[in-house]
Amino acid sequence: MVDLGTDATHPAREADDVRIALFRLMVRLRVFEKRAYDLFLQNLVKGTSHLGLGQEAIAAAFGLAMRPDDYTFCTYRGHDHTLARGVPMAPVMAELLGREGGLMAGKGGSMHLTSVEHGMMGSYAIVGAHLPIAAGAAWSAQVRGSGQVAVCFFGDGATNIGAFHEALNLAAIWKLPVVFVCENNLYMEYTPIGAVTAVEHPASDRASAYGLEPILVDGNDADLMFEVARATIDRARSGDGPSLVEAVTYRHGGHSRADPAKYRPASEEQEWLERDPVIVYRALLESSGVGSGTLTAIEAEAEAEIDEATELAKASPPSSVSLIERDVWSDGGSAWRS
Amino acid sequence: MTEKNVLTAIRDALHDEMSEDDRIVLLGEDVGARGGVFRISEGWVMEFGEQRVIDTPLAESGIVGVAIGMALHGLLPVAEIEFADFIHPAFDQIVSEAARMRYRSNGDFGCPLVIRAPCGGGIHGALYHSQSIEAYYGHVPGLKVVLPSTPADAAGLLRSALADPDPVLFLEHKKCYRAVKGEVPDGRYTTPIGLADVKRQGTDLTAVSYGYSLHLCLDAADRLHQDEGISVEVVDVRTIAPLDKQTILSSVRKTGKAIVVYEDNRTYGAGAEIASTIAEEAMFDLDGPLVRIGGPDIPAMPFAAPLEHYFIEPEPDHIYRAMRDLARF
Repeated sequence: MVDLGTDATHPAREADDVRIALFRLMVRLRVFEKRAYDLFLQNLVKGTSHLGLGQEAIAAAFGLAMRPDDYTFCTYRGHDHTLARGVPMAPVMAELLGREGGLMAGKGGSMHLTSVEHGMMGSYAIVGAHLPIAAGAAWSAQVRGSGQVAVCFFGDGATNIGAFHEALNLAAIWKLPVVFVCENNLYMEYTPIGAVTAVEHPASDRASAYGLEPILVDGNDADLMFEVARATIDRARSGDGPSLVEAVTYRHGGHSRADPAKYRPASEEQEWLERDPVIVYRALLESSGVGSGTLTAIEAEAEAEIDEATELAKASPPSSVSLIERDVWSDGGSAWRS
Repeated sequence: MTEKNVLTAIRDALHDEMSEDDRIVLLGEDVGARGGVFRISEGWVMEFGEQRVIDTPLAESGIVGVAIGMALHGLLPVAEIEFADFIHPAFDQIVSEAARMRYRSNGDFGCPLVIRAPCGGGIHGALYHSQSIEAYYGHVPGLKVVLPSTPADAAGLLRSALADPDPVLFLEHKKCYRAVKGEVPDGRYTTPIGLADVKRQGTDLTAVSYGYSLHLCLDAADRLHQDEGISVEVVDVRTIAPLDKQTILSSVRKTGKAIVVYEDNRTYGAGAEIASTIAEEAMFDLDGPLVRIGGPDIPAMPFAAPLEHYFIEPEPDHIYRAMRDLARF
């Protein structure tokens, strides 16, 4: 088991190029989510949305460790995981705005992103539903001998639904190439996960029930997350079966757009803000000798990218109602003999 | 042509297709070593291997969820639900996920999944081995629901389901499994999903039905013809969703009278949709009241023989008499 946040347990630090790539990706995720929030405030994004601000290290580390043809399954808090697979910002932002140029042409919105060409097999808004589906994708990869790995992200709340148990058991008995990643941000929507869960660590304390090694990791430590991502993905790819990772983290905002998160103690919020994965990692890179100019340039590039993506998304027209009956059946339409 | 019962027709068709296409995998409770509770897959685990005939834990949500994952990534899974009554834990996977995959991915990918589930009552299965579930799922666009009633249709529709790029819930009425026999064409023929079938030609009235009720209608129609010379046309819906309105409406327009017969609880059953279709689109072609016969609105089919019988036949010969009354109207 990996201890939480103690430097002594850190594995060897990553080579600089990987660290730069991790930082760049986290910064891109950060600017995207901040911009999404700004657009909510401007009432350009309708409906709800769930931001990954504060949780970027997990999506970034796995995104970087995955092979291009690996599969991502994630939750309604899935902008980060989608972008981390290489999906460009503009179509994701356009999807949030409900525009024709959106990733799903506006059918899905924030919570339902998919991009098959990037191995992004869907963000799921039914809690826990995608765990068995990820196991099935892994089964398929296994029998096809493709060497692909499925990585399935879910929140702490999902560990208490039946599908979690069913999927973990199935993956374990069949030794499937799947990595289950519990992003434990301490709150199941508005309720502290500890108040509704029989064990302290909702995923790792249950790993032994499936014959798996408990893996508890500081989800805000990008280097550590990358090590865990690489190790668990390697394990899956080499035929040694699934892993269950619990990455402890914290969302900077509320559960969703509508939630100011007043139920969280200020001291707790402050403590986690000091462990902001992007800020901490920036300082780490600087102290390890990466020039401040390099880091500032990466941040400026990300800002320019999100500015351009926002303009592209805003310029795209609202989704046409001609879409509504499209792609119900395999012939592309919804019609039948009637 | 070979005479078979429904069970054998399904087994042979699935076996032949699995032999032809190694993307097809069968998964479910007890389908491997045991060969399934109805012995559909007996001996197959030896023939096709454990990678294609997969014993799963008792976990319907997991079975269907895994099958969806397989279907999204190059396999053609057949998920067997031991009894249709047990499918409800998988409702979320079927309705929220399988049926929406194509729509939610904007056509990027579909879900070529077949879910087989033995349904229906009349076999002393009582409260949890007798249910009709077609109405729950017939309400879901993106999901096809098939319920064949003859051996030839069962084999042909199963092949179509396996070839379908969209998810298909394939319901098998247990009372038909062994009780219904018929000629089955040789070879890998298909029966189209979404097409109803006129099982008996007639001129005086149209009976629209499916499942075991179809055979009750055919029997009543034969006797009415012998007894009173009344000519009943019997339409087998075969596909619950999407419903083939054309075949139903053209028969009703021809005969001018319609009776809809189904085993499920009457209220909100699939027969309600069929009846409302006739009412909406063929009202002025009708020469008599639109008649609907469904099961009683009770929570489940009870066990004791008189109770179970009442569910299927609440009054002696009720279908026969309803047809006769309508013909005389």
